[in-house]
Amino acid sequence: MSAKETVKEPSMLKQKEMIARNYDAITSAKETGRKVSSTFVPGNLNELVMSFGILNNLPEINAIQNGMRKASGPMIMDAEKRGHSEDVCTYVKADIGMMARGNIAPNGKPMPDPDVLLLSYTGCFTFMKWFELLREEYKCPTLMLHVPYEGDGHMTKNMVDYVVKQLKEVIIPGLEEVSGVKFDIDRLREYMRNSAKAEDDLVWVLETGKLKPSPIDAYFGGVYYIGPMFTAFRGTEDAVEYYKLLRKEIQYRVDNKLGPITPDGEMKDQKYRLVVEGPPNWTHFREFWKMFYDEGAVVVASTYTKVGGTYDQGFRHDETRPLESLAEYCLSCYTNRNLPDRIGMMERYINEYEADGLLTNSIKSCNSFSAGQLLMMREIERRTGKPGAFIETDLVDPRYFSAANVKNRLESYFQMIDQKRKGAKSAA
Amino acid sequence: MSTAEIVSRAQQLFEDLNFTYAREWKAAAPGRKVVGFMPVYVPREMIWAAGALPLGIFGGGDELEVIHGDAYYQSYICRIPRSTIELGVSNRLDFVDGMLFPFVCDVIRNLSGIWKIMFPNVYSKFFDTPQNYQSSIGGNYYVQELHELREGLEKMAGRKITDDDLRRSIADYNENRKAVREVYDFRIEQPWKAPAWEVYLLMRAGMVLPPDEHTKMLRDYVAAARDEDRPIRDNCRIVVTGSFCEQPPLNLVKSIEMAGCYVVDDDYMLVNRWLMTDVPTEGDPLVNLSEAFIKHSVETACKYVDKEEVKGQFLVESVRRSKAEGVIFAAPSFCDPALLDRPMLQHRLTENNIPFIAFKYAENSGQMQPIREQAGTFADSIKLWSEQQ
Repeated sequence: MSAKETVKEPSMLKQKEMIARNYDAITSAKETGRKVSSTFVPGNLNELVMSFGILNNLPEINAIQNGMRKASGPMIMDAEKRGHSEDVCTYVKADIGMMARGNIAPNGKPMPDPDVLLLSYTGCFTFMKWFELLREEYKCPTLMLHVPYEGDGHMTKNMVDYVVKQLKEVIIPGLEEVSGVKFDIDRLREYMRNSAKAEDDLVWVLETGKLKPSPIDAYFGGVYYIGPMFTAFRGTEDAVEYYKLLRKEIQYRVDNKLGPITPDGEMKDQKYRLVVEGPPNWTHFREFWKMFYDEGAVVVASTYTKVGGTYDQGFRHDETRPLESLAEYCLSCYTNRNLPDRIGMMERYINEYEADGLLTNSIKSCNSFSAGQLLMMREIERRTGKPGAFIETDLVDPRYFSAANVKNRLESYFQMIDQKRKGAKSAA
Repeated sequence: MSTAEIVSRAQQLFEDLNFTYAREWKAAAPGRKVVGFMPVYVPREMIWAAGALPLGIFGGGDELEVIHGDAYYQSYICRIPRSTIELGVSNRLDFVDGMLFPFVCDVIRNLSGIWKIMFPNVYSKFFDTPQNYQSSIGGNYYVQELHELREGLEKMAGRKITDDDLRRSIADYNENRKAVREVYDFRIEQPWKAPAWEVYLLMRAGMVLPPDEHTKMLRDYVAAARDEDRPIRDNCRIVVTGSFCEQPPLNLVKSIEMAGCYVVDDDYMLVNRWLMTDVPTEGDPLVNLSEAFIKHSVETACKYVDKEEVKGQFLVESVRRSKAEGVIFAAPSFCDPALLDRPMLQHRLTENNIPFIAFKYAENSGQMQPIREQAGTFADSIKLWSEQQ
């Protein structure tokens, strides 16, 4: 293997193959007669969608794919030329720009128009407007599932009842109509059983970040670990197998005290253990990650890996009460939790994962994550005594990634951690 | 009383960032409370029924120097949360017993959590409203949310809120909404007699005055304005939209009119007009408030519109009802709801041959010349087009 060749583990190859297969299924939907839904990552109802035989296409993931392929910039500018404000979410604009350019999937084939927009409104205001915008283009049925925000830091019976009622009276009848398939609760239960199995393995993987050395990177590597769970595969046998495979790989690294695999191979020297808040930048993902592992910084826990479900907080899809469980899943996603709750989670991560501090990657596009992050950082510094740092990038708009600025801030942060350690040693 | 005297009082209330009126109202009788609320909508009937004064917190405007607030927000987040925090940390809200943060966007939503951390002794609540508009689904959910709000307010106020308290409060606000509609109708009829900045200040006074006092102010104004002789200008008639949360500086409101546009409808302080009909005072008051919300509330960017064919029709109707000739989209910078909604509304206007322009502002925008030029050119173009037709 040449030094420049990206290192990929079997689980990554499996995931790649799953994604390719899903895109092939979506782009051949017209020929196969299968129906396609568009929906979002947080609060996605994959088990329910699959129980109607509907394929799941996720515009956020398409935007990420385009970001990683460096294709999102021109798409965003196309959308801005069409009247979309420079101030709003770049996922939305990348999606609209992609549509204007023929909606070409990563396999080079055009995506079909969705048969239904499943607006699972969870933890992000923009979702609501995004699908109103798409509805205007596609003129297709749009099913809205309003998931209330946990403003007081907990879910109430009223919230769960409201979501369940919408599932029963709006979403399920709507999906029956679109698919022509009668709702089969046993099919849903079967998928949920699979989900719970995979969720157990995902949590096991994420919690290995507590070990020293950490066998995983819970942010950059974490993106791959959450991939099948957060997208079109949760509930499938494929996802169960993927997480078994991943667990085996991580177990091997644990047994041999190995660090995580990066695109440049195994990370050997772990000088800094970080908790990261906020989504990654996708347009310079590799470059961004390299800034960390070149300095010996490993991410031991992250909040982004909880955006599509807070499984490490104990949630599991429960086939015995399927609709209530789906409601609880949606309600408990990370950005649907209030700020005190989010702070509490991060404080626990800092302590339980023995991290050196909290790094916030503040995303211009994403007010759901970003509004309040400065206070959150200060509050966590106050509670844990560990230093925090703040960098600013964007999701898929390359104009907002300034490599030199980000690198400078990271280097300063690592120096700050060093000084803090020296100070602690001399105090002792 | 002349319009000048009424408007002068409203302006004093608007400029007073220490909220002296609300402080004095609270101090005037034992047990009185004050509950702040942010845009866009909370059922003020609930607060008033608890014997508390609803106090609209609509940011700090262009007179407040934000020193601490900027340390809480990145540059790409709108201004209203930072000036609201400034009001809080500078003790200007130290008499406020509760704060409600309604469903508007993620920034205001997250501010509710910030408030819980920064002001733990204040009753603060994110007040969620349904995005499902079926009575049996969203309506039932909302009734239960109102029950929770009632319990929270009772605890804060240290007293029970009876159904009769609620009915009386609903009646007060029904009357207030009627008076608000009278002002807007009067302005549609004779916009030269009700300048936009005066109407703005009158509506803003409703954010601090008790409903009965505000109602009287509005009716006094209409009575006085009808009798006053004011020159008719060669202005076009426009609707302003997108300004429902962070408010434009008063100079911006004035500048639009000075540039040749009579504002005949707007969405400033929508809480005054959120419910478009009277709420029944018979029966279960919470069910009545819920039904009014579900069936008779305005369309705005913070709400989901469940039918594509209906989207934007509210704005088109507003243009028709107010006999407007164009629309100005005036949205705060970084305002997700207004800016994400804007392209869809613009498409709907285009389909209906309604001209529009768009610009952004911040509550502390100081330079009005570009806006005046843009609005002036828009007014001229409307006049030219209408002459050609």
